[in-house]
Amino acid sequence: MVNRIVVGAHYGLRDWLIQRVSALVMVIYSVSLAGYLLLQNHLDYDVWTGLFANLAMRTFSLLFLLALFYHAWIGIRDIVMDYVKPASMRLVIHTLVVLALIVYTIWSVQILWGM
Amino acid sequence: MNKKRPKHLALHLIKLPLPGIISILHRITGLMLFFALPLLLLMLQMSLRSIETYTELQTLLAHPLSKVAMLVVLWGFLHHFCAGLRYLAIDLHYVKSLKDARNSSKIVLLVSLSLTIILGAKLW
Repeated sequence: MVNRIVVGAHYGLRDWLIQRVSALVMVIYSVSLAGYLLLQNHLDYDVWTGLFANLAMRTFSLLFLLALFYHAWIGIRDIVMDYVKPASMRLVIHTLVVLALIVYTIWSVQILWGM
Repeated sequence: MNKKRPKHLALHLIKLPLPGIISILHRITGLMLFFALPLLLLMLQMSLRSIETYTELQTLLAHPLSKVAMLVVLWGFLHHFCAGLRYLAIDLHYVKSLKDARNSSKIVLLVSLSLTIILGAKLW
């Protein structure tokens, strides 16, 4: 019998893999950014915006944020599935989390391309 | 499997082993970082939008309370980062024995805490 739960994970292996690939993207981005910033003699508004004026930097930053949001979705969903048992509550929390992450995605594009 | 057995889980007596502590902290810091997301995005926006919002953000972050909050977020990030790398190492079969599991847990705690102190001191 197929017994699928609407508020379950469905795709264990795929999400397991995405969790790790997105983690690697974030590791590479955060280590490079932290290294770059720590090597700067002085850091002011011009240096900071100059860095983000670069199209490659904006693209890599958006990639980082998208990886972060997907990573957060899988992580939060796993936590909810472990501690929240009623399906109705899960549905409400999942919906709120997904909506928040979609809004964050739109916001991220506005931040990076709307300055 | 469905027998109704009495459970005697004396939670206050069960001591969580170190890898278990790392694991639950990985969850707690992950949740914490999720809740910090809107604030961090707002900070990114303020830092990039204009020189006025940039200076405003600098003033806001100069407050001792926000420094403590940023230090907590920094630790949360570094713990989640190091514990995550440990899980990747486990996936790649670098951690094979109970001894490895315990030692790598100690390294995670130590490295994330000392990086927090070093980076925190630099940013403070």
